Amino acid sequence: MTPSLWTRLSNPSHFMRWSGALVPWLAALSLGVLALGLYLTFFAVPPDYQQGETVRIMYIHVPAAWLGVFFYGAMSVSAIGTLVWRHPLADVAQRAAAPIGAAFTLICLVTGSLWGKPMWGTYWVWDARLTSMLVLLLIYCGIIALWRTLDDPNRAARAVAILTLVGAVNLPIIKFSVNWWSTLHQPASILRMGGSSIDPSMLYPLLIMIGAATLGGTTLHLYAMRTEIMRRRVRTLTIREAERLDRIQPRLTPQPTGVPAGQPV
Amino acid sequence: MDLGSHGGFIVAAYVFTAAVMAALVGNAVRDRRAQLRALKGFGEERR
Repeated sequence: MTPSLWTRLSNPSHFMRWSGALVPWLAALSLGVLALGLYLTFFAVPPDYQQGETVRIMYIHVPAAWLGVFFYGAMSVSAIGTLVWRHPLADVAQRAAAPIGAAFTLICLVTGSLWGKPMWGTYWVWDARLTSMLVLLLIYCGIIALWRTLDDPNRAARAVAILTLVGAVNLPIIKFSVNWWSTLHQPASILRMGGSSIDPSMLYPLLIMIGAATLGGTTLHLYAMRTEIMRRRVRTLTIREAERLDRIQPRLTPQPTGVPAGQPV
Repeated sequence: MDLGSHGGFIVAAYVFTAAVMAALVGNAVRDRRAQLRALKGFGEERR
């Protein structure tokens, strides 16, 4: 029986081959789309009738928020892959995604804060959306810290997968926080019943920036996954080398003379 | 282009984003080089 396309693509050796060819193209495409998005953001998008020029912060804030949540969702799927199927790439994908997701969540929080000051009059409020995004950043930090705490990668993978799935309860809270609670943060304006409430002159550049961020994030993720596979190869080689040295060690050490320990020479 | 009276907030947001992205990419490249060095070391040792 021939392995399915999915199995072949997700085999670490195959993954290294196809991702190695794909990453440079993805990186070039990401930079091209980002350049177009930034051009539109600063030279084509009109100022908002209420927010004026500060609306330009939206073009980095929204993509960062999307990717912060997207990478956590991807990590949750990988966590299931680790726990249920023990897939060799699932843990690699999860580990590579955590710092990228954390970075985008941090960007989302800081740019939101810089947008909030001129619009709301404050950098921060303990609003449901803001707080749930902060909780997401803390979960990311916890996951990264847990990985660094446990030396055994198999134990770390299972522990992190469980923590990731527990933390996934935060994703619907983030999404629906603006509907469930009375918040200072505006309600959903792109993905909502009845279509987007944003004018097309602002919406399409925003979608291009979201596309650029998604392409860039995916490129970084594939790059980090390749590095993670290399790190595991280094670990395996280090252990093999240590075992080889252990085997030859008895031949190198001097034979005991039969004198009990603790005797004067 | 004129970013208005709140231009400082806009510039700060973009500069912060650029800095975080640069750190993320820089760290990824540094990590890759370290792993490649380690792998090369094993290759040289075996020769």
